[in-house]
Amino acid sequence: MSITKEAFETQVMTILGRLHGVAVRLTRNDADAEDLVADTIARAWRAREALMAPNAFPAWIFRILNNTFISDRRRAAVRGQTEPIEDAELDDSQAFSIFERLHRPFLLWFANPEQEFLDKLMRDDVDRALAALPEHYRVVVIMADMEDLKYAEIAETLKIPIGTVRSRLARARAALQETLWTVAQERGIEVSHSPKH
Amino acid sequence: MAVNDIDCAQALKRLIEFIDQELVDADREVIERHLQTCRSCLSRAEFERALKARLRSLSHGDVPSKMLDRITSLMQGF
Repeated sequence: MSITKEAFETQVMTILGRLHGVAVRLTRNDADAEDLVADTIARAWRAREALMAPNAFPAWIFRILNNTFISDRRRAAVRGQTEPIEDAELDDSQAFSIFERLHRPFLLWFANPEQEFLDKLMRDDVDRALAALPEHYRVVVIMADMEDLKYAEIAETLKIPIGTVRSRLARARAALQETLWTVAQERGIEVSHSPKH
Repeated sequence: MAVNDIDCAQALKRLIEFIDQELVDADREVIERHLQTCRSCLSRAEFERALKARLRSLSHGDVPSKMLDRITSLMQGF
């Protein structure tokens, strides 16, 4: 038996904030995010027979949202409207790390510059850094960190090998930390015991 | 070091997969054992976890009233 209209509406309203939050970060545009969420909900209603159990609703509708977004981007790519995908070469020793910039192993136990940095970061700082990433990096970070998807699920959605998910995510997180560091510098965030850059 | 123990460079190489819960039990246990004895890597793990949580928290926010109206109206038509 498929989900009733009333139960479907209740499930959507429960999760609408998260759907909107993810859609805005994927599209970086309020109007496109609204279209993406509306399209997702309409598709989910049409495909409701495929929903196996009520508690599977969140993962199921997020899968529809991701697939809808990726299909839209593929169509845009055919029209030449997307950014080119370039996975930069990066070895581990070159990966930017905020922790490595801030951590001082010989500080007294109560000094924790990396935690102080996080405490001073605003939600908007993280948002700005995420929005500044190239799309193919932004998408894997959103899927892994905002949606909490497994690497295998990301690979299936993006139709790329799981090894590519792993390496792209590593590069994306390093790029995110580098941008976040710049954003923090621009906002004048300073941390005790940290070097001036 | 015991046979299965690893150094910091090896631990950091797999730390993100550890935080993302992508490691099989045996590999996870090796990292956990390293973190129990290395304060620096443990601090790094805590920092990466906290940053991941900050990203996750971006998905929690208010729905704009315009979107709420549109979705309510859309579902009335189902």
